[in-house]
Amino acid sequence: MTADHSHSPAPTDAHAPGAAPHPEVHFPNWHTYKWVALILAVLTVAEVWIYYTPMKQTRLFAPALLTLSAIKFSIVVMFYMHLKYDAKIFRGLFLGPLAIAIIVLISLLFLFGHLSLHAT
Amino acid sequence: MATAAVAEHHADHHYTSTGLPHTKIAIWAFIGSECFFFASLISTYLIYKGRSVVGPFPHTAWTDPSTGQHFKAILNIPVTSASTFVLLMSSLAMVLAHSAVERSDHKWSRIWLATTALLGTTFLGFQAYEFTSFVHEGLKITTNLFGSTFFITTGFHGAHVTVGVLWLCTMLFIDMKRGLTPRDAINVDVMALYWHFVDVVWVAIFTLLYLIQ
Repeated sequence: MTADHSHSPAPTDAHAPGAAPHPEVHFPNWHTYKWVALILAVLTVAEVWIYYTPMKQTRLFAPALLTLSAIKFSIVVMFYMHLKYDAKIFRGLFLGPLAIAIIVLISLLFLFGHLSLHAT
Repeated sequence: MATAAVAEHHADHHYTSTGLPHTKIAIWAFIGSECFFFASLISTYLIYKGRSVVGPFPHTAWTDPSTGQHFKAILNIPVTSASTFVLLMSSLAMVLAHSAVERSDHKWSRIWLATTALLGTTFLGFQAYEFTSFVHEGLKITTNLFGSTFFITTGFHGAHVTVGVLWLCTMLFIDMKRGLTPRDAINVDVMALYWHFVDVVWVAIFTLLYLIQ
């Protein structure tokens, strides 16, 4: 592929009358996307590799997989969904509901006895 | 005259008082609401995890005491790993399609849009194969709690992927009909956000439903 993948700014050059000027946003280029894809592939391989190792029997198994999954999730959201580069209001619109959803999920797991603060 | 031209320009882009496009704010709000939707499905799966009275089970073999029929562990991790890789690579194709549209590079925008749609369809093919093999191995949506929660969660995700593929095909059709220009980049961006969200939901589902026992 010989095309120049340097990214043009997002189409935020027009504003409603009276709106605060919105700075130009520069999204990542092809090289960043390529490295992100490579990292995602390596992390997926690592997840599957952990699944087939004796680590599966240890207490580190679930935390390790959850950490790798969280890293993959963050990378896609930051680079492919451009949340790292885009307007801050989008972070609020996504991270607010996501935080509430995660809190509700964890609360339900405590409520139904899958997680406990006390050893049984 | 100038005022009319400015008004027409603004009406065309539909910018809000924040200086951000309506469609982009709307898709992020929608994605926020989808977080609740998928969190509720995953919560239900996790709450009922390990509480099925009869098999087949996801990670362990099971023999039906009444019939003596043997059921192997139902999940096929290598196949699901391959489909996960396919979906992750579709996200790469999606960002490259968006980038090509912003450059008015019609050739590459069509190639990457078609590639993304093809990878999405491949993922759906993997899911169809998985669902079919599960049914043949004795796991249906009514078999046990695992079957109900698993098919509902992954089925709804598959429905989202299907919507994404239809959206991609529509965009590809428009691109081939009249060519997508940088003015259309915002529409491709909105579609890309939806597609990447479907991807990150699968990242969570793959770990929570498939890998963690």
